[in-house]
Amino acid sequence: LLKHVRNISRHRTFLNMIHSFSRILSSKRNIGILSLMGGSVAAGFLLQREHASAGSPLRRRYPASSEYPDLRQHNNCMASNLTPAIYAKLCDKTTPNGYTLDQAIQTGVDNPGHPFIKTVGMVAGDEESYEVFADLLDPIIKERHNGYDPCVMKHPTDLDSSKIHSGQFDDRYVLSSRVRTGRSIRGLSLPPACTRAERREVERVVVDALAGLKGDLTGRYYSLTQMTEKEQQQLIDDHFLFDKPVSPLLTCAGMARDWPDARGIWHNNEKTFLIWINEEDHTRVISMEKGGNMKRVFDRFCRGLKEVERLIQERGWEFMWNERLGYILTCPSNLGTGLRAGVHVKLPLLSKDPRFSKILDNLRLQKRGTGGVDTAAVGGVFDISNLDRLGQSEVQLVQTVVDGVNYLIECEKRLERGQDIKVPPPIKQFK
Amino acid sequence: MPFGNTHNNFKLNYKVEEEYPDLSKHNNHMAKVLTKELYGKLRDKQTSSGYTLDDVIQTGIDNPGHPFIMTVGCVAGDEESYEVFKDLLDPVISDRHGGYKPTDKHKTDLNFENLKGGDDLDPNYVLSSRVRTGRSIKGYTLPPHNSRGERRAIEKLSIEALTSLEGEFKGKYYPLKSMTDAEQEQLINDHFLFDKPVSPLLTCAGMARDWPDGRGIWHNDDKTFLVWVNEEDHLRVISMQKGGNMREVFRRFCVGLQKIEEIFKKHNHGFMWNEHLGYILTCPSNLGTGLRGGVHVKLPKLSTHAKFEEILTRLRLQKRGTGGVDTASVGGVFDISNADRLGSSEVEQVQLVVDGVKLMVEMEKKLEKGEAIDSMIPAQK
Repeated sequence: LLKHVRNISRHRTFLNMIHSFSRILSSKRNIGILSLMGGSVAAGFLLQREHASAGSPLRRRYPASSEYPDLRQHNNCMASNLTPAIYAKLCDKTTPNGYTLDQAIQTGVDNPGHPFIKTVGMVAGDEESYEVFADLLDPIIKERHNGYDPCVMKHPTDLDSSKIHSGQFDDRYVLSSRVRTGRSIRGLSLPPACTRAERREVERVVVDALAGLKGDLTGRYYSLTQMTEKEQQQLIDDHFLFDKPVSPLLTCAGMARDWPDARGIWHNNEKTFLIWINEEDHTRVISMEKGGNMKRVFDRFCRGLKEVERLIQERGWEFMWNERLGYILTCPSNLGTGLRAGVHVKLPLLSKDPRFSKILDNLRLQKRGTGGVDTAAVGGVFDISNLDRLGQSEVQLVQTVVDGVNYLIECEKRLERGQDIKVPPPIKQFK
Repeated sequence: MPFGNTHNNFKLNYKVEEEYPDLSKHNNHMAKVLTKELYGKLRDKQTSSGYTLDDVIQTGIDNPGHPFIMTVGCVAGDEESYEVFKDLLDPVISDRHGGYKPTDKHKTDLNFENLKGGDDLDPNYVLSSRVRTGRSIKGYTLPPHNSRGERRAIEKLSIEALTSLEGEFKGKYYPLKSMTDAEQEQLINDHFLFDKPVSPLLTCAGMARDWPDGRGIWHNDDKTFLVWVNEEDHLRVISMQKGGNMREVFRRFCVGLQKIEEIFKKHNHGFMWNEHLGYILTCPSNLGTGLRGGVHVKLPKLSTHAKFEEILTRLRLQKRGTGGVDTASVGGVFDISNADRLGSSEVEQVQLVVDGVKLMVEMEKKLEKGEAIDSMIPAQK
């Protein structure tokens, strides 16, 4: 059933029926009905994306040419791809829940970007946004994901962590290991568009499922509106607490509305598996631990994700996923695996070598400071993670990080011994 | 933020208690009025331009307020909002404007000759005088709701109207997105330039969208009459000059406003006004006259007097620092202006400023001589 349900994701009319069924059914959802619908509906509907005119058209007073944004000072993926013709074609369209193009691009209009950093400049308000606004999102996705063409390519999903080899790093160099991704609950709008009721439903569905986790994954939920001061301090000390977004990239997209209603943090008792609810995505899932055992971190990541998926399916829900775009998240940059696997690693000598950037590029890795994106490295310690998100599976990306970090540590050791290092040949992007 | 036409209908699939916001930690006028029942009553309504209850209240949900400062917590998206959502906005208006009732009528008086005095405030104490208000152009939606096309149409019409002014009102328009560095520098030095709003009270209401598209500043050659286009309101109109001749400032204010209004009327887009709420503006706190008439005045001794606050209250005046709202005073210089907006006319409000400031300057002089001022403290106006 799982595979079958996944294949239907492109069939938007099926989704519409799910939506209306979700209104009719009581809170105890019946997965039997899904399988009943799946058979006949899938056979009957081969949805053409061109016919995905989802919601009723937008009522406008001014022609598209008067509404087209002034993007002359802009440098983001949306501005690079939004021609007046595409704007005119899409500006009247809405998703079934009423999300519009103007809303999807507002963040990119309000944040022109930076000459050196190219932001995406557009978000999805719901799963259907990726279909209804495909004429704009597909070229953006291709640009952002280094040539992955969503019109013709398929994204592989693989959460079998047993395939990872050599995933135990030298602890003298790797201080911590971490894998994160996001998951969206199908049938509910995403953070830029969700109503308060939808956001609360996301919280309820996820928290309910997480309560079913056992063993080393047993944990607890801390709602942002109800946590005590003591709990808040502990979460800050553990570096778990997330703040109300201040970045205009997020606030201009409407993701901070109604803060802190229905937002919260769940983590297991061992503090190695953590879930953020209703921040930039429905959920952000993080597996981490001190030291270099990336294999164990990824094991727990996959196990936890699969278990959460099983628990929400028991209750009649599923994650947003399709074979074209993989896991559906708010920002197009996080499509596919949504996965960032990384380590904090000591590379004081290598980082000063002029070949460092080229080595990272060829290994398809990126560096950040230890405060996360947009921070500087401290004491030669870098955050090294995978560059790609879409077009390769989770297993492939984590293996890339494993192989790459092992190589970087080898380089550091060689430099310590006074030996020379080699720039590795560039690895293939799409396998 | 403006959702599509059908978004509100989609929300109606959920029960009232599922959508009703959590206002338990909130302290603003909207939160005090909006019960779950009222939310339920109004949530399926929208104005003909598609503005909804959630649009009206989003800024108040996102900005819970402060224990001591009471913000309004709601905005209008168009003229009709004040009708369609009157069950929420009337009580908010009443709380904010001293008990103003839904049946009350507001007096408009822009006849500057009705002002008594005001030309003799002592320039040794009164450093500058200023009167500002806002105007909304009928037939367009307001800054929280308007689209780029609409905002540009407002700008275009405003430029046509303003650049046709002559005599003491002859001037020039500077669009924010295409002004030169030299022009920008000059406007900053003149203290004319307004910035992209950073206050979450405004950004959460969607007023900073598409910045700086469609925004600009017009001022006359004398630099005494200034109009902001598409900031928090369609138009903010400011008359000002150094020194204490508030009478002249008010004359220019009234004459300029009336000339501008004539031109907009000729284009079939007069100002939004009705006899209950006066001039219609984005924030309910600016209804009525939308007028803030004030001076920068040196009151180092009076401001430290124990009865300073009480004197201000009785005179129906408020104080601010010289940087404007929410700033501190510097060197004993205060911004003193009228506290009321709705329920009294422009002339009445400026009269209160003129009379009140004159009295306070006399008090300051007395305190300088070491004399008491108790006999001068006025009754409640």
